[in-house]
Amino acid sequence: MADLSGPAAAPVRHQRPLSPHLGIYRPMLTMMMSIVHRITGIALYAGTLLLAWFLIALAGGPGSFATVAWFLDSILGKLVLLGFTWALFHHLLGGIRHFLWDAGWGMTHPEREWLAQGTLIGGVALTVIVWVAAFALR
Amino acid sequence: MSDNPRHAKNEAKRIRYLGSAKSGTSGVMHMRLTSLALVPLTIAFVWLVLSMVGRGYDEVHATMAHPLASITLLLVVGTSLYHMQLGMRTIIEDYLHGERLKEWSLAANLFFAIALGVACVYAVLRLSFI
Repeated sequence: MADLSGPAAAPVRHQRPLSPHLGIYRPMLTMMMSIVHRITGIALYAGTLLLAWFLIALAGGPGSFATVAWFLDSILGKLVLLGFTWALFHHLLGGIRHFLWDAGWGMTHPEREWLAQGTLIGGVALTVIVWVAAFALR
Repeated sequence: MSDNPRHAKNEAKRIRYLGSAKSGTSGVMHMRLTSLALVPLTIAFVWLVLSMVGRGYDEVHATMAHPLASITLLLVVGTSLYHMQLGMRTIIEDYLHGERLKEWSLAANLFFAIALGVACVYAVLRLSFI
């Protein structure tokens, strides 16, 4: 039997392979899109408070409605709404992208990149269209 | 988990009655189904919001009290709150590993979504019926 006392008993530390963590990846567009999809989801989660405030204020009558209308018309309110609009469209297009993947379409590398860029550009474009329409309508 | 093979029976006992694997994909499927529903609902919602831009209380109230607007809003609120609750649940399960913190966060997530949903539904119904 081996002598278990002395230096031979010291545990040998092997460099075992670890499952890859986020920190060791080179940042890639598709990976960033995945992260931004979650972040926009969290932002929309918080944004439902604004929708709830609006609905409750409107149901409450002209007085409470005036407060929420004042906030939404302020600079801060407009910025929040702008962010809300973009997050909504970006998340919507990201969801459609996931549907395409669920259907088994768009899995190759150029297609993935194209879908990521399309989602980015589409989210910004739809936001601009809606805000131009909003300013035209008021 | 025990390394002793004679404890296999105990391992089985530990998971028994904790639910079957049959409903394991329900979260994923409900996420997909709510996503699908939210595509047209989001477009309708944005359309509805745009129709109220720059309008005063009376016009906004009249728009929102219309049955089509109310039904759209109820669907938007219900579907998106369920959808976001599922999404936040995934995020909590992915990033929070402490058992106590995770369970309390999941509970808070569920309570937040239900409370907000009930408040929104109450407001929409009040707009329509009072």
